[in-house]
Amino acid sequence: MSQAAASHAAAHGVEPAESPLTPESWGKLGMWIFLAGDAVGFGTLLAAYGGMRATSADWPVPYEVLGINLTAAMTFLLICSSVTMVKALEWLGRGDRGKCKTFLLLTALGGAIFVGLQAYEWTHLIHRGLHIDGNPWGAALFGTTFFLITGFHGMHVTGGVIYLLAVTGVVARRPQAAASYNVVEIVGLYWHFVDLVWIMVFTFMYLL
Amino acid sequence: MAAEHKHPNYMAIFWLLAVLTVVEIGVVFLPFGKLINGTLLTGLAVGKAALVAMYFMHLKFETRTLGLIAITPLAIATLLVFIIMPDAFYVDHKTANVKPAAATPAKH
Repeated sequence: MSQAAASHAAAHGVEPAESPLTPESWGKLGMWIFLAGDAVGFGTLLAAYGGMRATSADWPVPYEVLGINLTAAMTFLLICSSVTMVKALEWLGRGDRGKCKTFLLLTALGGAIFVGLQAYEWTHLIHRGLHIDGNPWGAALFGTTFFLITGFHGMHVTGGVIYLLAVTGVVARRPQAAASYNVVEIVGLYWHFVDLVWIMVFTFMYLL
Repeated sequence: MAAEHKHPNYMAIFWLLAVLTVVEIGVVFLPFGKLINGTLLTGLAVGKAALVAMYFMHLKFETRTLGLIAITPLAIATLLVFIIMPDAFYVDHKTANVKPAAATPAKH
């Protein structure tokens, strides 16, 4: 966009056609800013978790109480779903909408299985006595923080699955592959972010 | 547009992430104590998160300013930890003083 056109747009209160940071689309910049805000949310939760754990004399050892076999598998599943996500974008870039839709649906399936496994894990732990206001192993806040943080992340995955299905619909409706590229790239940013946050949650809440 | 993006070797990143996850689980059982194990695990997690952000989210191929937007939450979260830490140590110190005092009357 030329300077003259930019000043013309500014003078008439029209949004410039190109984002200075993400020339592909304003939507992409919007998603990055949203994710930065969301990351502060997760960062705050994890910092608070660290603070409460450090001040507690009877915090249970997470990997002994929670078990890490299932969550390690869930971590692997999310990493796999990040790969199917990049493959969806790669195929769309090559103009193959069919393969893009397949990989988007596989990504959504990975997310749905993740949420299912999380529901299974929660049910199992609740039966063993882990509750939001107490547990048999020590500090009550252990259960509070566990359900709050993994639940907040699980909500993100659930939202992501719905978002992925909606974007698959967009790819199906638009006949030109190039017309959906930004939309798929933006849902990809969200999905990889959910994967990135899980890497942090898995380390800080299960392994440490 | 699409064609301008360089595509990294996604499968290599995937295997690297998978191997680092296995390494992380191995680190949990190392006998080096909380501090060293914790530092190793945090380093591995930050490394894995950086791989996802740089290659899967294409941050490596974006403008520097976008990178600054992305890194800001990490800086804020790190600051938060340092803000909370003195409070954590204060409570520990206070509890350490209270415990013997509370135990003494019971001996009489």
